[in-house]
Amino acid sequence: MTDPTTYLSHLELGEPDKTFLDSNELIINMGPQHPATHGVLRVILKLDGEKVLGTECVIGYLHRGVEKIAENRTYTMFNPYVDRMDYVAAVSNGLGYCEAVEKLLNIQAPPRANYIRVILTELNRMASHQLWLGTHALDIGAMTPLFYTFRDREEILKIFEKYCGARLTTHAFRIGGCQYETYEGFERDVKKFLDFVPPRIDEYEELLTTNRIWLERTRNVGKISAADCKALGVTGPVLRASGVKWDIRKAQPYAAYPEFQFEIPTGANGDTYDRYMVRMQEMRQSLRIIRQAVEGIPEGPIMAKVPKVMKPPVGEVYHSIEAPKGELGYFVVSDGSTQPYRVRVRPPSFVNLQALDVMVRGQLVADVIAVIGTLDIVLGEVDR
Amino acid sequence: MLEYITSYLGMNTTPGQAGNVFWAVVYILVVFGGVSVAVIAMNWLERKALAHFQIRLGPMRVGPHGLLQPIADAVKLLTKEDIIPDEADHFVFWIAPLIILCASFTVYIVIPFGPTHAITDLNIGVLFMLGVSSLSVLGVVMAGWASNSHYPLIGSLRSSAQMISYEIAMGMAVVSAILMTSLNKSGTGTLSMIGIVEAQQQQQVWFLFKFFPLGFVAFAIFAIAMVAETNRAPFDLPEAESELTAGFHTEYSGLRWSLFMLGEYTAMIAVSSIAVTLWLGGWLRPFPNTLTGPTWDLVFSLLPGFTFLALALIAFVGVIRMPKHPYFKIQTAGLAGFAAVLGLVGIVLFIPPVRDRIQDIFWFVAKVAVFMYLYIWYRATFPRYRFDQLMKVGWKVLLPIAIGVLILTAILGVVL
Repeated sequence: MTDPTTYLSHLELGEPDKTFLDSNELIINMGPQHPATHGVLRVILKLDGEKVLGTECVIGYLHRGVEKIAENRTYTMFNPYVDRMDYVAAVSNGLGYCEAVEKLLNIQAPPRANYIRVILTELNRMASHQLWLGTHALDIGAMTPLFYTFRDREEILKIFEKYCGARLTTHAFRIGGCQYETYEGFERDVKKFLDFVPPRIDEYEELLTTNRIWLERTRNVGKISAADCKALGVTGPVLRASGVKWDIRKAQPYAAYPEFQFEIPTGANGDTYDRYMVRMQEMRQSLRIIRQAVEGIPEGPIMAKVPKVMKPPVGEVYHSIEAPKGELGYFVVSDGSTQPYRVRVRPPSFVNLQALDVMVRGQLVADVIAVIGTLDIVLGEVDR
Repeated sequence: MLEYITSYLGMNTTPGQAGNVFWAVVYILVVFGGVSVAVIAMNWLERKALAHFQIRLGPMRVGPHGLLQPIADAVKLLTKEDIIPDEADHFVFWIAPLIILCASFTVYIVIPFGPTHAITDLNIGVLFMLGVSSLSVLGVVMAGWASNSHYPLIGSLRSSAQMISYEIAMGMAVVSAILMTSLNKSGTGTLSMIGIVEAQQQQQVWFLFKFFPLGFVAFAIFAIAMVAETNRAPFDLPEAESELTAGFHTEYSGLRWSLFMLGEYTAMIAVSSIAVTLWLGGWLRPFPNTLTGPTWDLVFSLLPGFTFLALALIAFVGVIRMPKHPYFKIQTAGLAGFAAVLGLVGIVLFIPPVRDRIQDIFWFVAKVAVFMYLYIWYRATFPRYRFDQLMKVGWKVLLPIAIGVLILTAILGVVL
């Protein structure tokens, strides 16, 4: 830990050039305590002046061994832990895990539960994107959108709080459905939110979309090609901004998604601006899904028949969902006991973070910040 | 001695020109105190205005509506531990904030708040002000270098590149304003700050509207360059918080850090004063040509008083809207006192001798205040430029336009 160069094996640090002045490359340590690395990400930058020659991410400062904990908990007991990974999109995490275990148990959540799941997950996608927008804009220097997005995100968190009592780590879903029936006025609250938020999204766009400085800061910054995305396993809005129309909600539908009409917004250049536009459009698509779900929500039970003591048959299952940040996958192995033999999480942030080096090589220090922001990583999920 | 002091009172000139040391010192102290108070007020205003842009309340706890917050901050900063990193160059680290502070305060020597309200009137006033204000880059570089740390170093290098590039565009814009001063019968221009305002008075037009839109373009270039010059958003790269933690003053804390802040705000007021002097007619009141006559003179001379009364009224409305809980008793009383002081100042400003003397200063300060508000507005609205884009804007956009404006101004000046 003392010598940062030990991490830099692949950055090919040359022999110091002492011939003319001292024009060596500069090694800068960005993070883990840095205002713009979104948590405790540490990036070691090799710079030539302000130009980035290479990066190395050092992660693990927030490692809590979530996957190991799973092996010592029953299937039900592990459910709240997944909320702590991507804590800004806790609902999505819960959905992925619950559906994976349901697949393992071979049970189906009832339709009403699926609709509630979709509504809450899409609300959570909105919240996650709003948080991303605020912090991303703040990184690029626009302070004000942060407060606007937090103001509107608050309305979503209020709905969560009314629904399940928690704002952030919601633990909203149970294996086999939902524990809570929607509260009285849930539909009214959600509809009110749907009416209230589109003008607010316009407001964010007004501040940024056509802003000259914003355009200059994001266009052609952190470009990544579709081929590179695929090679690195990048998913989510980052992949879609590169022009690949891949959304697990459409490709491998889960929950109640097959029943809804929505589009997959894609970009063309794969730069930071495209990723911004893709996420902005995704917010509007989310609203569309929520509206359809709220209007078509069926009556019925919210919980499938689930055994009190869950002992899934021996086997393994991989289930992935489209979390706000990309493909969130759970690989659950059962040995027939009450506890999973192994739970492996495929977190979108962790995989997307790998693209950082490809995206920032040859760009400037300021772009590193913009790219970290646009990747939309949550360190809780990267380190698990 | 008394004679020496009173002898100045009859003169219609600045103490510097009169060679009266006593009054010069008095003016210096008044300007120093006034600017310091303005910085404190600006600090409060920025936090409140920025907060309201961002749907927050801003400081509300220390004093009514956070009015005492800057004082609380100052006390906090003064009592903080003074840290100099071991690896830093102690002497350079120590002297860097002082250079910035001195450079930004020294500019005020030539800034005219009124025809006689200036410390002195140098015949090379504009050169002096450009030269001295660009000294502050030295402090920035020294601070970054002495900290012996990567982030401050990058911040200070950015800063020096930025300030030097924008100074050229700024200088070109200033030259076009100076060219306009020579459009009189004798054909001689002036570099004196007071002379520039008087030239606007003679030509009966603010240079902002002279050769429209040339004057306006030159002014716009200066207005952009001065934001870059003072390292404010959207050109706040040297202290880009999200990239370089705090840029050149990352390693500074407590009193030294507050000196940087004081220097920054002082410089903001100084460059705004220069813009006002060069393009917005300095101390001249609005519409001196169209709205003439004793009636209008009277109306305009009453405006300062009314402004303060309006401020007092706003403060008084604040008093009424204060919560009635006993917890807010002291705060309410404080705000009422503040309103009373504002009202009193307003009434004093109606007294004829004060009214006539203060009017110039009022218009000058009012124009500068508009710029201060713009600074806050920029900060709330714009993202930050990237270093290479900033350079591109400076060299490829502002400088060619500034040179073009300069040439056109010269041609028009000869032709017309």
